[in-house]
Amino acid sequence: MGREAYISGVGISEVGVRLTRSPLGLTMDAIKEAIDDAGLTFDQIDGVSTYPGKMQTFMGFSPIGVDEVIEACGLKTRWHTGAAEATAQLGAIADAAAAVRSGLARHVICFRTVYEAAAMVRPEEFPPLERRKDVTGNSQWVSPFGAFSAACWTAQFAMRHMKRYGMTREQLAQVAINDHRNAALNPRAIVREPLTMDTYMAARLISTPFCLYDCDRFTDASTVVIVSAGDALDEVTATPIRIAATAGSCERYSWDQAEWAAAYPTGRDLWKNTDYTAKDLDTVQLYDGFAFQPITWLEGLGICEVGEGHKFIEGGTRIALDGELPMNTGGGQLGWGRLHGFGYAYESVVQLRGQGGARQIKGEPKLAVATSGGGPMAAALLLARD
Amino acid sequence: MKWQRSRIRLDKDNRAFWTGGAEAKLNIHKCNDCGGFNHPPREFCRHCQSENVAPFAVSGAGVIDTYTVNHQKWAPDMEVPFVIARVRLDDAPGVYLTTNIINSPVDSVDIDDKVQVVFEEQDGIWYPLFEKVA
Repeated sequence: MGREAYISGVGISEVGVRLTRSPLGLTMDAIKEAIDDAGLTFDQIDGVSTYPGKMQTFMGFSPIGVDEVIEACGLKTRWHTGAAEATAQLGAIADAAAAVRSGLARHVICFRTVYEAAAMVRPEEFPPLERRKDVTGNSQWVSPFGAFSAACWTAQFAMRHMKRYGMTREQLAQVAINDHRNAALNPRAIVREPLTMDTYMAARLISTPFCLYDCDRFTDASTVVIVSAGDALDEVTATPIRIAATAGSCERYSWDQAEWAAAYPTGRDLWKNTDYTAKDLDTVQLYDGFAFQPITWLEGLGICEVGEGHKFIEGGTRIALDGELPMNTGGGQLGWGRLHGFGYAYESVVQLRGQGGARQIKGEPKLAVATSGGGPMAAALLLARD
Repeated sequence: MKWQRSRIRLDKDNRAFWTGGAEAKLNIHKCNDCGGFNHPPREFCRHCQSENVAPFAVSGAGVIDTYTVNHQKWAPDMEVPFVIARVRLDDAPGVYLTTNIINSPVDSVDIDDKVQVVFEEQDGIWYPLFEKVA
């Protein structure tokens, strides 16, 4: 147990659009909730990890860095990281797990704070990412062609699935419909109402096959996970959830040079690091910034064959709360809000502890997967209740 | 589709790609040691780590690997809808280009369509676009 890593506490701030509470305020709300949940105090925390770290040029995307958390919480840390170049969002939690397993820290605050909706209406405080006159780096290969948004990049993978494997918009719609249905049962989610197929099909198109409901929207929130070492669990009062395996991969760094989304190699790698198999999963929490991404994760994780993900979710019954493999039970990013990866870890813990309230899945779930990333880099966590 | 395209900051690695259109050339970095193609263009060959890489004019023929019809006006002067595509080049194995398919109705574009490069110049940058081959 000494070489195991656990999630010992979770917390989340108010989740909303154009919130007035400061980003540090939201972050502290989520941290305090997670610390209380774990039964820890600030003097027991000795590590901090975040994705991607404070981005001065793009404040809404990531307004809070490790430094502000160390200062605001009065921490004395022995290990911290904040890395835009980690293996996608949940890589920050995977890195914390590695740190506690190797004895570098005992209890690590992992956080992701987003403030994109508020930043848009307060540009003086949070300057937008400047659409520079001269582009450089990776954006030069896509933005001159109007492909500014990841919606356009991801849509092309989705279109390939339609043409090559026969995916339909009605099948794709199940991701958003499932998200809305679950979000309506989650008192902290932004979406409050279910979504009908008719409303979905009538929505305006963004970038085919994606319509408005297939794309997450700017959100203000902070999500926190406390990662603790196995030999420090005697200090924790909550039910700990073991981080049974992690994976993170990148085969091409450019969105448009990768043959497949990184969900495929990452999903395969996750099972190489554990004795569990995909058949052991009780629930899946799959990145859905865009509705097509859970389909790639279902295929990448080997839950179904490549080219079959849209058939797996067809009709929506299999992935519903009372289905054989409940998916995105908290509402995902299309329903809960754009928590940017950390929401999937949070919701896995809630479900494995049986704390989901109206959205709690039946039985006693023992194993969940949380994933993040929809492009050429991705990270996944396998989470177990022992 | 006449919006002001993003201007490119030219450097030693990308200059041949973005200005080759002036001579009607689609330049892709090629390794003179192993023969592998490299895109985006960089100082090292990603296949054999040689530094002996240089721009090489390919034919400009390709196939639509995948695409999307973009309906969202991401910029105020953008005319929608238009096609964003990923083109697989015939004679540069492993290289894809994100581009636009022009001079065809958006609903006539499909995966596996054969396409040929055409250049659109704005302020000294030659953007490689593609059109369908009859």
